[in-house]
Amino acid sequence: MLTYFNALTDPNMVFLRYALFAGLLAAPAFGIIGTYVVARRMTYLAGAIAHCVLGGIGAALYCQARYELPWLTPMLGAIVAAIGAALLIGLISLRSHERVDSVIGAIWVLGMATGIIFIAKTPGYIDPMSYLFGNILMITGRDLLTIAVLDVIVIGLGLLSYNRMIAVCFDEEFARLRGIRTELYTLLLLCLTALTIVLMVRVVGIVMVIALFTLPAATASHFSTRIWQMMLFATLLGMISVAGGLSLSYGLDLPSGPTIVMLAGFFYLTVIIGKGLKNKLR
Amino acid sequence: MPLQIPAVQCEQVSFSYGEIPILTDVSFSIQKLDAVALVGPNGGGKSTLLKLILGLLTPQTGTIKVLGVTPQQARQKIGYMPQHLQYDPSFPVSVMDVVLMGRAGSIGLGRYSAEDRRIAMQAMAELAVDGLAPRPFNSLSGGQRQRILIARALACEPEILLLDEPTANVDPGVELQFFEILKELANRVTVLTVSHDLGFVSQMVSRVFCVNRQVKIHPTSELTGEIIHEMYGGDVRMVRHDHCCSEQGHSHADIL
Repeated sequence: MLTYFNALTDPNMVFLRYALFAGLLAAPAFGIIGTYVVARRMTYLAGAIAHCVLGGIGAALYCQARYELPWLTPMLGAIVAAIGAALLIGLISLRSHERVDSVIGAIWVLGMATGIIFIAKTPGYIDPMSYLFGNILMITGRDLLTIAVLDVIVIGLGLLSYNRMIAVCFDEEFARLRGIRTELYTLLLLCLTALTIVLMVRVVGIVMVIALFTLPAATASHFSTRIWQMMLFATLLGMISVAGGLSLSYGLDLPSGPTIVMLAGFFYLTVIIGKGLKNKLR
Repeated sequence: MPLQIPAVQCEQVSFSYGEIPILTDVSFSIQKLDAVALVGPNGGGKSTLLKLILGLLTPQTGTIKVLGVTPQQARQKIGYMPQHLQYDPSFPVSVMDVVLMGRAGSIGLGRYSAEDRRIAMQAMAELAVDGLAPRPFNSLSGGQRQRILIARALACEPEILLLDEPTANVDPGVELQFFEILKELANRVTVLTVSHDLGFVSQMVSRVFCVNRQVKIHPTSELTGEIIHEMYGGDVRMVRHDHCCSEQGHSHADIL
């Protein structure tokens, strides 16, 4: 543990510090938006958005190398793809008469396949694993700045729309009857979800990012009687998972993304098993 | 008598889900401060009629006017209590949060004002549930929840109150108290209530609409066992306005 704190201040281990900052910055966004997503039961949609992000990352990497566009960073590609996927998925789930889950499943897979194909065709070797499962070695100072800006946008909009978002999540029909444009709020929530996903792609990767959405919020829901409490607890649990996971992964020489997610999952399972036992003993 | 805009006016309204006709050629008009009960068999179209009045459904033919305008335009003046809440029991909200949702249309992106909170508390006080305000919504009994949902509808400060089965989960002991509250409300707002319990509603409303594909109207003063039997066991009939009702029952000349 002590070596971990030493490592955090070691100038040669700046990536570890960046990863911790990124995780702590992202935790409130995950806590707030994750609570809405869990309460609205949109986890599946969030998963689809997360996997589409790979398409954007792949396309950005490819264009960057092929057409020499240095500004077209994977982060930018991820943001564009995430927002695009969120709007597409949102409009389909609101408008389509197709089976929505089949369509979402198709988008999920196609987005990911696009990314893998682009990455394979990009000149030079790029390891898709680092995008799928996260790689804290790749976090740059600029990424951190982008994360901070996105964070402010997500938290700001998430809190501003608090009362109406709750009304829409709780009883959409009633909210619509009160003159709230519920479709707009659904799309807003999906876009905020998309941006939140981008925040943590670097640290835990697109496959596992969904865990940080649902696990802290689902754990928190067992201790909360109000939405804001759930958001607060989810944020704290997210911070503990990131800080604890990074420290464990450093100490035990484990990949950091999976360790963070394992810790978040451990909290969740402990709570539901504990609750189950308590109910049995009663 | 001065010409008054009716609270609800339906003209030759027909609605079907796909091939299945739910309501056929329904016409009626409800004056302001009228108290009306919708009764009829399950699947007869009572809830559909409410949703048409709310503008959640659009009729295939015919027109519906609410307070002289389209249902969508009038929505802000309607308070609605749904029969089933598509409600997630693990959703962590307090009773106050739920009632405040009646005010959600007016807050924009901001927060609820002190005025919003006052209106919400007053609505709860009217239903004698203001003591429940800080409680978690999912800790309430079915009957308490029902009242909270009526309070939420009242918090909209409606001119028309649409209640879908308000007594469905209410204990018999509480029902009488409930009935007094609804009767009180009927003095201030136009009340449309769907109910299975004809005995219950007939005391508080002035007219009973029998909804079974079509709508037949009975003034409560003329309700007899015979008519009630006819309402539930009857065939599909043309729409009759209440002036067509007599001691002999309906004219059946227009049976389809």
